[in-house]
Amino acid sequence: MKTTRRDFIKISGTMLGTAATMGVAFDWATGSVTHEAFPISTHTTRTPTYCEVCFWKCAGWVTKNDQGDIWKIEGHEADPHCNGRLCPRGTGGVGMYYDNDRLKHPMIRVEEGGKQVFKKASWDEAFEVIAGKMKAIAQEYGPECVALFTHGSGGKFLGHMLKAYGSPHITAPSFAQCRGPREVAFYATYGEGVLSPERTDIRDTRCLVLIGSHLGENMHNGQVQEMSQAIDKGAAIITVDPRFSTAASKSKYWLPIKPATDLALLLAWMNVLINEGWYDKAYVEKHTYGFEQLKSHVQSYTPEWAYGMTTIEPKIIRDTAKEMANASPAVIIHPGRHVTWYGDDTQRLRAVAILNALLGSWGRRGGFYNPERISIPDFPHPPYPTPKRSYLDALEGKYSLATEVISNGICEVTTPAPGRDCNIKGWIVNGTNLIHTLPDQKATLEAIDALEILVVIDTMPMEITGYADVILPECTYLERYDAIRNSPHREPVISLRMPAVAPKYDSKPGWWIAKQLGVVLGLEKYFAFRDIEEVLDWQLQQVGSSLEEMKKIGVKKFKREYNDLYLAEEQEFEFNTNTGKIELYSTEMARAGFDPLPRYTEHEQPPAGYYRLNYGRSPVHTFSRTANNENLVDVVPENDLWVNPKVAKQWGLENGQYVWLKNQDNITTDFPIKVRITERIRWDSVYMVHGFGHAAKKLSRAFGKGASDTQMISHVKTDPVMGGTGMRSNFVTFLQEEPSREEVTS
Amino acid sequence: MRYAMAIDTKKCVGCSDCVIACQLENQVPVGYCREWIVESVSGTYPHLALEFRSERCHHCAKPPCVRCCPTGASHVEEGGVVLVEPGQCIGCGACIASCPYDARYPHPEGYVDKCTFCIHRVREGKQPACVSVCPTHCLYFGDLDDPNSEVSRKVAERKHKRLKTEAGTDPQLYFLT
Amino acid sequence: MEEELIISGRMNPKVDPMLHIWGWEIPFYLFVGGLAAGVLFFASFCYLQGKEHNYPAAIKIAPLFTPGLLVLGLMALFWDLNHKVYFWRLYTNIRLESPMSWGAWTLLVVTPLSVLWSFTYAREVFPKIDWKKQWIYQLERFFIQHRRTMAWIMVFYSVILGIYTGILLSAFNARPLWNTSILGPLFLASGLSAGAALIIWLSKNEIERRFFSRIDIVIIGAEIFFIIHMFMGFLASTEVQQEAAALFLGGPYTLPFWIFVVFIGMIIPALLELLELRGQRIPVYIPVVLILFGNVMLRFIIVYAGQASRYLY
Repeated sequence: MKTTRRDFIKISGTMLGTAATMGVAFDWATGSVTHEAFPISTHTTRTPTYCEVCFWKCAGWVTKNDQGDIWKIEGHEADPHCNGRLCPRGTGGVGMYYDNDRLKHPMIRVEEGGKQVFKKASWDEAFEVIAGKMKAIAQEYGPECVALFTHGSGGKFLGHMLKAYGSPHITAPSFAQCRGPREVAFYATYGEGVLSPERTDIRDTRCLVLIGSHLGENMHNGQVQEMSQAIDKGAAIITVDPRFSTAASKSKYWLPIKPATDLALLLAWMNVLINEGWYDKAYVEKHTYGFEQLKSHVQSYTPEWAYGMTTIEPKIIRDTAKEMANASPAVIIHPGRHVTWYGDDTQRLRAVAILNALLGSWGRRGGFYNPERISIPDFPHPPYPTPKRSYLDALEGKYSLATEVISNGICEVTTPAPGRDCNIKGWIVNGTNLIHTLPDQKATLEAIDALEILVVIDTMPMEITGYADVILPECTYLERYDAIRNSPHREPVISLRMPAVAPKYDSKPGWWIAKQLGVVLGLEKYFAFRDIEEVLDWQLQQVGSSLEEMKKIGVKKFKREYNDLYLAEEQEFEFNTNTGKIELYSTEMARAGFDPLPRYTEHEQPPAGYYRLNYGRSPVHTFSRTANNENLVDVVPENDLWVNPKVAKQWGLENGQYVWLKNQDNITTDFPIKVRITERIRWDSVYMVHGFGHAAKKLSRAFGKGASDTQMISHVKTDPVMGGTGMRSNFVTFLQEEPSREEVTS
Repeated sequence: MRYAMAIDTKKCVGCSDCVIACQLENQVPVGYCREWIVESVSGTYPHLALEFRSERCHHCAKPPCVRCCPTGASHVEEGGVVLVEPGQCIGCGACIASCPYDARYPHPEGYVDKCTFCIHRVREGKQPACVSVCPTHCLYFGDLDDPNSEVSRKVAERKHKRLKTEAGTDPQLYFLT
Repeated sequence: MEEELIISGRMNPKVDPMLHIWGWEIPFYLFVGGLAAGVLFFASFCYLQGKEHNYPAAIKIAPLFTPGLLVLGLMALFWDLNHKVYFWRLYTNIRLESPMSWGAWTLLVVTPLSVLWSFTYAREVFPKIDWKKQWIYQLERFFIQHRRTMAWIMVFYSVILGIYTGILLSAFNARPLWNTSILGPLFLASGLSAGAALIIWLSKNEIERRFFSRIDIVIIGAEIFFIIHMFMGFLASTEVQQEAAALFLGGPYTLPFWIFVVFIGMIIPALLELLELRGQRIPVYIPVVLILFGNVMLRFIIVYAGQASRYLY
């Protein structure tokens, strides 16, 4: 029986009414009624899980009420990702399970009377269709021509299936649309990435520098908690953001920078630190390579020069540099997470990495710690076939420093181009709504058009499902097992997700889908297990635990192998770079033909009458995937458009008015967005939260609510180093009347 | 005993976790809430100040809602917690009109509903749901009569304000500034 | 620019974005309650003055309407309750601090009293009535003998009822517009004025009509005085009260209030009654209808505007 929260209340409420009436019969004289007034369950059970609403994957407990329905989800006290406290999305994650709009059974696209429709299908039928196509593609073009787009835990088993099938093309938008430039830049500098959760030692920092990174609005749980701890301890926060973000409001210094000029500021900071001698000399001497080149490189990037670019006064640049130097090495120039902005992002993040090196914060308390995770072996399986080709061949040497598969690169080589001998022919898309995830929707749709098969595995009827040939309903994270979460942290820690309830409807867990599809593809030797419990138990036994234990405790911490959370002062340390040092001057970048030291490039500014589209996060939503979650929509139902009062006055906009947006390429938003007139935004930009403006009608709560920023991002500046999609060079203007629909490219 | 809450506006990021945790813990029907977040911006770009406040019933020491209630359904429990007894509430709305904070609402079942300081949890020795979920640890709950309680110490040590004291309610939410 | 926004959470029905917990039921109830209070006051007052024969409309006829009015009012009040099955909880407590409580108790006294009072005059007004049963006649005799006692109770409780309709609102210090003690006298005066108007309408007796016209003019004068006083008080008070007053002084309630309540509901009928006293022939129902209309509007506007006036953000 389906019980919504409202039903809950009904049941308890009626009982309460009866109880009260009876109580009244006895207590007429005193007029008091006993306190069974709270409609709260008393007989509860709880099971461990880790959250799937975002990538932070906090461990938690799912509590069920006396009727066996999910009541609430709370954080796991022992989990360093959340310390017993989930973020709003995790707390409201229960809405994912109760959502009536969920995908309920497999569906296949068929022709009926000249019209394409989705037909309800059995799992077997669906697998037949998919396997048939996949086999044909493998035969005709090679298995490398099927790609998997995945975001989240389900991808683990699907990835295994795809590798067994013979394709290396497993991609997540979290690389090229998000943190890719950061990872590449830090690999180039330190030989290691920043990883997730970020290795930032915020709780012990004395100075936290945020550059366009809005902790508090993005609820990266552990980091937000640590930022709060740092505030308590009196750490100085410096926020560089054209918008008065939440973090900016908590800062000692807010630098309201002119958009797209961050690199100028970073270079000027280097200039000051070096020329004033405020950098960590011993550390630089001992651990870095290329200081002299850097020193001469930044000479022209003076604060006075940067003032002209950034509009940040030279004195402020010097003061903030001093603030950082004073806190050194307990200082973090935060590398951010979503950093694909202007197409030179790897270079900007290189500047961030170099600054941290100058301040000696890498490997130091209050800077960046060295995270560790345990090694969990894969369940035994035969070796994967060796792929014969890679999509990179088709890209002809572009993006050579990418460390992961580039989602938009896959997209690019899906669309046929003259002279290319092979294209990707099949996509499996799991848990990522590419329509709202990839910028330049036109290119995405062109690629989709060229596919022979598109399989979408999701819990919700997101826009991407509308383009699918086969839709497979995955059950939510509350109804399934997944791979062990094995995260790098101060101490190695693992976490178990187990089903709290049986899957609703005809939905199935990702591992089951992967296994069944693998079997139909004839890959059963790769799936030599009865079910995932067998896999998990085997894996857990290898690391000294068991499924039985993990079901009870949910989270298990391990001792670090070595005491190397921070760099040992007396010891030498060899970094995983070409020179074995922290490369201020990157030999790897030089070898690949890129600037070995970051160089400032100017980016375009909005034309008259247009405003730079800045986008960000709501603490209550994850990308576009939560926009239909009842519990979250209840709190934040739509996004709004921040407009500076001066701009509003010029356009005659009023608070609460709905406007459509048009970008530089004459694309208009499908839906209007509510104007919020606020001083928190500059006059040359507007701001909105990403993830709204859903056009899928089946998302009953999300449909038509707010506007989609992705729709406005048609101008993509691709990072030549690693293929990241710079998305912040789009400019919009306001339409106060609904635009005629011919203008819309569909 | 005097239960009270302190809200550290220096740490609060306005994420609404308290709102959602409250709704789930107390099975508040969708579309209603007992808590809310206020964002207060002042100044002109780029000279700005911003404050987030996690707000709920102030559990006033002089609660006008209790005064106005014709049946005694609104009453004061141990520690000064203001509660509504659904079995006594006629749903007349007087308490809703009397609250300067608009902290009460008519529950779809008919009675008036509001924050209970999660007294059912507090009686079990736990913290209210909003306090125990807050990722920034910006909420402190406890006994103000106990000088060693965390909330007492925060209120004693930090600059703070209370809201709309001019309404004569003696509210028990302390906003640390 | 200052912003103070509720960014999440609060969209509670009937509370946000602006309080509207009370719809038409409460002002309607306040109107009929005030009207009944006015009628019953004049009935008992004139009776105690020994004017039983001079003012038959006031003492005998008009009160016949009051049980119906009060029952209508109670029905509206009941309709307004969200948790109706528990309404009887009103009568398991006496809470002196809560106007809603003592109002409920006052109605419990006044309503039966109005029924009994009407009962004792029913056969006088409608001579054809036959009670059929002997014990009813005995009862009637009993209450006729105790009319004086009833009148004393009634004169007292009708004033309480009249004031209560105003105090109900003014007890809410959260709503600056209501939070003025002058609402009690204002609503009492307004109820008396409505009562007098009803009596004028029902009266076929020139002397009685002139008497109540004169009373009405005085009461309307008092009402206008109270209203001016109320705004003076608001304007000399804190910011929230000034904002409340601004709803009527340039704000959205300006036209409805000054035109419908003050001009059409008070000044014009007062002038008409003055003219009539000077010997002009004015159809009797015109000022009466205007006064009753103004009365209704006063309550509706105060109830609605009061909910719009707030301390908040």
